[in-house]
Amino acid sequence: MRAPDRRYVAAALAPLALLALTGCHVDMWRQPKLIAEHENAFFKDGSASQLPPPGTIARGALRENEAFYTGAVQGNLIEEPPVPINRETIERGRKQFGIHCAPCHGSLGYGNGMIAQRGLAMRRTPGNYHTDRLREMPIGYFYDVITNGAGVMFSAAARVEPEDRWKIAVYIRVLQLSQHAKLSDVPAAEREKLGAHGAPPEAGSPPAGQTDLSGGSDRRGEQR
Amino acid sequence: MRQLFPPASNTIARVSLTLGLLLPAVALLAGSAISRAPYNTKVDIPLDQPVPFSHEHHVNELGLDCQYCHTSVEKGPKAGLPPTHTCMGCHSQIWTNSPLLEPVRKSFQTGEPIKWNLVNSVPDFVYFDHSIHVKKGIGCTECHGPVHEMQITYKAKPFHMAWCLQCHRKPEEFIRPKEEVMNPHYSHPKNHVEVGRKLVDEYGIKVEQLTDCSICHR
Ligand code: HEC
Ligand code: HEC
Ligand code: HEC
Ligand code: HEC
Ligand code: HEC
Ligand code: HEC
Repeated sequence: MRAPDRRYVAAALAPLALLALTGCHVDMWRQPKLIAEHENAFFKDGSASQLPPPGTIARGALRENEAFYTGAVQGNLIEEPPVPINRETIERGRKQFGIHCAPCHGSLGYGNGMIAQRGLAMRRTPGNYHTDRLREMPIGYFYDVITNGAGVMFSAAARVEPEDRWKIAVYIRVLQLSQHAKLSDVPAAEREKLGAHGAPPEAGSPPAGQTDLSGGSDRRGEQR
Repeated sequence: MRQLFPPASNTIARVSLTLGLLLPAVALLAGSAISRAPYNTKVDIPLDQPVPFSHEHHVNELGLDCQYCHTSVEKGPKAGLPPTHTCMGCHSQIWTNSPLLEPVRKSFQTGEPIKWNLVNSVPDFVYFDHSIHVKKGIGCTECHGPVHEMQITYKAKPFHMAWCLQCHRKPEEFIRPKEEVMNPHYSHPKNHVEVGRKLVDEYGIKVEQLTDCSICHR
């Protein structure tokens, strides 16, 4: 039998050589474009995510509305929230409060959240919202606390957008009302429904026997 | 003149012919096996981190919501890693002496960010966006596994194209109600495909378009 032409052998081996190339696709896998969180040698600190130079304002991001972005007008805290008060606002506020505030302040705002209970060495306990002082504070104060922090509490501005800060502030008002309500605040027609357990707990303290184990979400209880 | 082809050349030719045909097949199989092996995909392999941050501690025990730290997951393509400031909101007060937290305190003083080693990523020619998945009821654990049980974070899924596609073809098998997206303890009900079909309709997911190349390669 005649030996096959070497060209056929070469042709048969060619796919092998091609296969060897398939490992080399790094060029498109890591492109020289900037991707958030990736390293990039272009900038001094080696990070692709850079802060804009100080004083830069993106188009449409000029914070002209003093009341909305600071919670005060010429130094006076505002009394009316600059967001509509409706079910949607309150639901959103509740959700955001659960994520960002309840771990420390507790889901009812008594200052007894999961972290407060864990952090025995905490220098100060998280604020209790149900004091006369805070009940009388203009709503702008709560916006200000979220934005700039208060005492040992850090600012939450990096975590919570201005719009959501207002919704949280509105929800804190809801909590304050709900924990300081008297039976006479309930419309007469609804009072019946409250029945025997209608008597609200003493205002300003957590309902008796309740330990607030809530963290960021209300789910823990259901799970265990 | 010497013979051009010694008798052995017959055998050599046959061997090289068979090998030439067999080897590519073997190499292909081996290649695909290697590319799917944990060694390559890094699945289930925890990465060394500058701080031994534990999701088990912070999510399972303390009950923190994913969004406390991964704040942009609802809003944009990236979930976002928390700045040092977020850690220090708590750790300026609790466990302030822990040696494990030394790099966090140092980063806070110097302003130099902590350099986390990224566990999950897709190649730069793939477009991925968290917000659309989160808005349409795809839970974190569907793609990241049991994060709430991880002492040190690891990658739970291979993130191959085929893996993305198995869901883009049949999202009803993986979808859950929107409110449950952040819940790591969520488990699918028995009739989840039925429920899933309803959710796919309700959230207006256009399944027929989800496998178009241009969805992920743009
Ligand atoms: C890491 C724990 C922590 C988190 C999270 C937290 N706080 Fe606080 N908060 C505190 C502590 C501690 C204080 C008490 C500060 C002090 O007295 O020095 C406080 C105090 C307050 C006060 C009372 C200030 C005063 O005048 O007494 C308000 C109002 C408040 N927080 C609102 C919020 C809101 C709204 C959120 C969510 C966006 C939030 N906090 C999240 C720990 C926290
Ligand atoms: C207390 C803050 C915190 C909370 C709460 C938190 N994470 Fe993280 N997460 C981090 C930090 C810090 C990292 C980076 C270090 C690491 O990879 O472990 C990270 C990393 C990750 C990564 C890997 C990112 C990468 O490198 O590719 C995933 C996935 C993740 N988190 C998912 C979740 C999910 C899901 C939840 C909610 C169930 C959650 N995280 C809650 C702080 C947090
Ligand atoms: C909401 C509060 C909170 C936030 C935010 C937080 N932690 Fe923690 N962390 C805790 C608590 C509480 C503990 C102690 C858990 C326990 O009780 O065992 C802890 C424990 C730790 C430990 C273990 C310390 C030790 O010595 O065992 C590390 C490491 C840690 N956290 C890192 C981080 C990092 C990194 C971040 C930022 C991404 C962060 N934490 C954000 C509350 C928090
Ligand atoms: C459909 C699958 C999918 C879902 C659902 C998902 N992720 Fe991811 N996640 C990915 C992929 C893919 C990457 C790598 C992305 C990249 O390289 O840009 C990633 C990366 C990350 C990272 C690191 C990089 C970044 O984006 O900052 C974090 C943190 C993260 N995910 C957290 C979460 C959290 C928290 C949730 C739930 C709210 C979630 N993921 C839901 C697929 C998913
Ligand atoms: C568990 C299910 C699941 C997995 C896994 C998954 N996706 Fe998706 N993806 C969805 C759903 C559901 C949508 C929403 C489609 C819609 O709104 O019509 C979506 C939408 C998208 C979109 C946006 C489409 C648009 O119209 O803008 C992109 C891009 C995308 N996915 C990329 C990826 C990539 C890349 C991966 C793999 C790394 C991946 N997905 C993995 C379920 C999934
Ligand atoms: C749901 C998202 C998604 C869709 C739709 C999709 N891809 Fe991909 N594709 C990916 C991901 C993710 C990778 C990266 C895989 C990896 O990391 O190994 C990829 C990788 C690739 C690669 C490179 C493979 C390699 O190993 O080098 C090619 C080529 C490709 N895709 C072609 C296509 C074509 C053609 C289509 C349309 C028929 C398509 N893709 C549709 C997500 C997608």
